[in-house]
Amino acid sequence: MAAKILIVGEVTNGALRKTSLEVLTAGRAVAEKTGGELAGVLIGQGLDGAAGNWAAHGVDVKQIDDASYAGYSSEGYTEALTRLVQEQSFNIVLFADTSMGKDLAPALAVRTDAALATDVVEMEVGDDGYLRVVHPIFTGKVNAEFVLQNKGVQVATLRPHTYPAATENGSAGNVEKLAYAVQKPPRAVVQEFVSTSGGKVELTEADIVVSGGRSLKSEENFAIIEALADALGGAVGASRAAVDAGYQPHSRQVGQTGKVVNPTLYVACGISGAIQHLVGMRTSKVIVAINKDANAPIFQNADYGIVGDLFEVVPILTEECKALLGKE
Amino acid sequence: KIRIAGDEKDIVRDGIKYVMNPYDEYAVEQALVTKEKVGGDSSVTVVSLGPARVVETLRTALAMGADRAVHLSDDAFEGQDVLATARALSAALRAESFEVVFAGKMAIDDNASTVATAVAEMLDLPHVNMIQAFELADDASRATVRRRVDGGEEVIECALPALFTCEKGLNEPRYASLTGIMKAKKKPVETKSAADLDLGAEQVGAAGSGTLQMRVMALPERGTCKFIEGEAREAARELVQLLRNEAKVI
Ligand SMILES: Cc1cc2nc3c(=O)[nH]c(=O)nc-3n(C[C@H](O)[C@H](O)[C@H](O)COP(=O)(O)OP(=O)(O)OC[C@H]3O[C@@H](n4cnc5c(N)ncnc54)[C@H](O)[C@@H]3O)c2cc1C
Ligand SMILES: Nc1ncnc2c1ncn2[C@@H]1O[C@H](COP(=O)(O)O)[C@@H](O)[C@H]1O
Repeated sequence: MAAKILIVGEVTNGALRKTSLEVLTAGRAVAEKTGGELAGVLIGQGLDGAAGNWAAHGVDVKQIDDASYAGYSSEGYTEALTRLVQEQSFNIVLFADTSMGKDLAPALAVRTDAALATDVVEMEVGDDGYLRVVHPIFTGKVNAEFVLQNKGVQVATLRPHTYPAATENGSAGNVEKLAYAVQKPPRAVVQEFVSTSGGKVELTEADIVVSGGRSLKSEENFAIIEALADALGGAVGASRAAVDAGYQPHSRQVGQTGKVVNPTLYVACGISGAIQHLVGMRTSKVIVAINKDANAPIFQNADYGIVGDLFEVVPILTEECKALLGKE
Repeated sequence: KIRIAGDEKDIVRDGIKYVMNPYDEYAVEQALVTKEKVGGDSSVTVVSLGPARVVETLRTALAMGADRAVHLSDDAFEGQDVLATARALSAALRAESFEVVFAGKMAIDDNASTVATAVAEMLDLPHVNMIQAFELADDASRATVRRRVDGGEEVIECALPALFTCEKGLNEPRYASLTGIMKAKKKPVETKSAADLDLGAEQVGAAGSGTLQMRVMALPERGTCKFIEGEAREAARELVQLLRNEAKVI
């Protein structure tokens, strides 16, 4: 059976999320290997801009755009995706492993009787057309390899940053509007959405994360971490010790009981590198550690290290980054 | 420290002390709080699928205050994927009457974050994942819950019956008291096999699974750390150059 691949995109505040471009890279690789067809789907309201942007990256976009999808609804979105997969006989569906992807993928898999893999950090399609994936288990302390098989449909969610974002490749795709609307009234309804991002890039989506630990000693001192993050265009993370001490909100905690991040650059400032922290960041492409203790375990998991006092090193590093990147 | 078995099929299990999944502790606690709020003849049933050792975990939940337990136990469940587990759990739940199902957001062994949502789908229940607050309406017809998602926080109203998965921050799970532990010994633990759940051979185990775990692998090793020496200004300058020209990440 020829592969028909559907990638599920996401839109925040009218803009296409970057994870949608990563899933496009993944979907395109599967399409090339299998000689299959690829399309993307966006669900929501007021999606023209995002759909056009995605299509400009060379993918045909199914735009499910209706007032009944204005707010996120697990049931409403699952219903729409199930209908699309069944009507158009898609047999591979790829999500980003985001709040939405985590929520929808298992539900879609049940409704389409699919094989499912979540939080995938490596993926390949075999000659038999079945996906082989790597998924971290035991909260990231080891990896496991899985093969999807036996089912007519395969569903996977891909950890952000596992694939590079697709770039515009010259040939734009088509946008097709589908006249779907929510059929069955959802029983769970979002009453209120409070944005907590303050316009900043989501921690799990940021290309660069600068994190601080207990050693920062206060909430105010985290300003030096913020400054470095700003200079690099990155997001701020924290160790659990820093969160428990009240220096940072839990939404910024990296690790086993916080978020798993996978950026291209992770800068750990005054973080010892406990296993529970490492499992939240060790897949980062490049890790920099700044710590006054040369024997801190973080250095065993870092690519570049500076042994020194972060209160001295980090502000200077910020200046040097600004100088290089031409930012003030 | 987790070690990988010689045949790479699993981790080395000898000497491991098994505990209740921490996210399931929040689920048990929330069920108990809800029962206490509703009062009357409301009760809490805990259900788990797994080998004989999960009975201990069920006892822990009974000691915390749950009323009865159901253990789904069958050699035929071995090697099955999370969706097959969800199928068996949903079959077990069909035999129960309930208004709310609480589960964990994720099992810290398989890290799938799948089973609970899949159970909800199989039972045609609405679900809300990763809740951090749960408020039951006075007439118990609905619940208002709060959860953190990418970029913000959602407040969701959900009609019951429904399934919720629990995230850290929802509550503080109680410890089992000594009397709780004594009482738990007398509480009923029912065992159900695949046949009791009307599950055929093609619905359980590897045959009933679309996703098979092939092997367990150590994490890829990182090369050794390049230490940048020298005075802070020089070191910072060199680091920035390396990140730009060698690592090409800024
Ligand atoms: C079940 C469980 C779950 C957990 N989950 C998480 C999790 O999700 N995330 C997490 O991060 N942790 C988690 N932890 C905690 C983890 O074990 C560590 O305690 C925590 O990561 C330590 O944080 P830290 O590195 O900031 O502090 P510490 O371990 O105290 O390290 C501070 C470091 O800063 C260095 N330092 C001090 N002053 C300076 C200075 N002026 N300049 C440079 N360096 C300096 C020190 O040399 C030291 O290495 C968990 C623990 C458990 C048991
Ligand atoms: N074998 C099982 N028995 C009972 N509940 C389970 C089982 N596996 C998973 N669950 C529930 O589903 C949640 C998510 O698990 P998972 O999808 O495996 O990450 C867990 O926190 C449990 O509440």
